Amino acid sequence: MRLAANFALGLVFGLGLVLSGMVDPAKVLNFLDVAGTWDPSLAFVMMGAIAVTSVGYALVRRWGQPLLEPTFLFPKATDIDAKLLVGSALFGVGWGLGGLCPGPALTSLPLAATGTLVFVPAMLAGVAAGTLVVRALHKSPTA
Amino acid sequence: MYLAIRRAGAQSRGSDLECALTMTTEFTPFAALAGGALIGLSAVGLMLVSGRIAGIAGIVRRALLPDPNARPVEALAFIAGLVLAPGAYTLLSGEGVQQTVSQNVPLLVVAGLLVGFGSIVGSGCTSGHGVCGLSRLSARSIVATVTFMATAAVTVYVARHVVGG
Repeated sequence: MRLAANFALGLVFGLGLVLSGMVDPAKVLNFLDVAGTWDPSLAFVMMGAIAVTSVGYALVRRWGQPLLEPTFLFPKATDIDAKLLVGSALFGVGWGLGGLCPGPALTSLPLAATGTLVFVPAMLAGVAAGTLVVRALHKSPTA
Repeated sequence: MYLAIRRAGAQSRGSDLECALTMTTEFTPFAALAGGALIGLSAVGLMLVSGRIAGIAGIVRRALLPDPNARPVEALAFIAGLVLAPGAYTLLSGEGVQQTVSQNVPLLVVAGLLVGFGSIVGSGCTSGHGVCGLSRLSARSIVATVTFMATAAVTVYVARHVVGG
């Protein structure tokens, strides 16, 4: 049941990325290229997603608990620290270089473009390195 | 199954650095809103069913280097759904999926490393901060989204209009 639900939700997420054109790095890079061949589509994707998610989250919170789990895992952190800023800044540079972020990169794997086939293993290595760095920082509170 | 792929050829060293992707794309507001709504539906569904944020970087981390309670197999099931989406789209619509991806291998290795590393250290990516976080009006996610949008836009500006121009 959990696996089927997660699979179906991944499929819906991926269909959203495909339908909206966000699996195409050209559209993403053109959104970011305000001074050039600007394509505002990505802003409309975010508006559509946030409209549904903000209302949906508000309704789901009233439910008390998730259908298949004991508690909602809403993030609890509130501090705006160096990790958040540096990590997000680096993420943005990588996103601007390739026009790919994690969702579209995984979703477009079966299209088998050379660039995606190179990008995804590098991204997995980056996720692994980032996870190890974060875990190391948590072990040394002075850091 | 027919999956159309347009790929940009690298014409010169200059266009390599430019990502070889300086091309116009059609503004598609209705498909964008509808696709965004589907992404939102998935995010709400994942919270309703599993109580989790639909951040793809976090889902990748759960599958790759699971903490206790990370549920790596569920994360893999979500990723399997993502990967099958282009095929499902083609079956449902009869249309191919178009994309133009740079073929500059070193550039994409660096891009992948930065996206993976940055999203984990920064606790989120376009979906985790940009969709789920903004929907919760999380101050951290607002700061993160403004930050990565800014550095991404500067990167594209430099690649296309300074280095490539």
